[in-house]
Amino acid sequence: MEYYLVISTIMFFAGVYGFITRRNLLAVLISIELILNSVDINFAVFNRYLFPDQLEGFFFTLFAIGLSACETAIAIAIIINIYRNIRDIQIKNLNRLKD
Amino acid sequence: MNHLFHDVVFFILAAVVVVCSILTVTTKRILRAATCLLFVLFATAGIYFQLDYSFLGAVQLTIYAGGIIILFVFSILLTTPSGDRARKLKNSRMAAGLIAALAGAAVCIFLTLTHTFAPSRLSGGELPMKVVGNALMGTGKYQYLLPFEAITVLLLACIVGGIVIARKR
Repeated sequence: MEYYLVISTIMFFAGVYGFITRRNLLAVLISIELILNSVDINFAVFNRYLFPDQLEGFFFTLFAIGLSACETAIAIAIIINIYRNIRDIQIKNLNRLKD
Repeated sequence: MNHLFHDVVFFILAAVVVVCSILTVTTKRILRAATCLLFVLFATAGIYFQLDYSFLGAVQLTIYAGGIIILFVFSILLTTPSGDRARKLKNSRMAAGLIAALAGAAVCIFLTLTHTFAPSRLSGGELPMKVVGNALMGTGKYQYLLPFEAITVLLLACIVGGIVIARKR
């Protein structure tokens, strides 16, 4: 069981690293997906190994997947709208939205 | 024998997850990052299958690998000029990210490996679909009709919001 937690930890912190260092809005969003995905693995693993008779972690993962689908769709709509306005999605150029 | 097979499959999945998630955040081209994310999500679905949560694995494959990746690829193709690469990072920023990630990972892995969990063994076999359906569609204790309805409203709001934000003026 610990090994599942270790790989989800590695996935989580790879996401954190990408979230800090990436310059492109879409790459930041991909990092967020990694983070969400690693947390989903944790829920499922804890549910399966520690409380195999219950389903809380299972359903939490199920709803978290739905939520992240929503979040990604809205975020991509916003990013496309930003691209339409300033023809760029690099983070350092976002303050051009003020003009 | 079965046990050994389980461990080998887990090892392969773990290798795919670790290598591809690191590639996802370090590769220069964003389309490659999306492809690596796809492999990470496939391996995650494999982990769910291995935990005997086949329904969760199927949901992961259809929603993440089928839906979200398509969204990503389309938006990358729409917004990124061809041949675009991530620019070289400033060293300070890269060091900050690396230190944060490595320190956090070290603390978490240390805690995970030193903490003694309650004795656990994968047991019970496949989670029957009937149990999932009953728990999802019931209103009693440990049943999830209300969150299910809430997420349907959320999805509707998400559809409307997506259209409103992204439509042409």
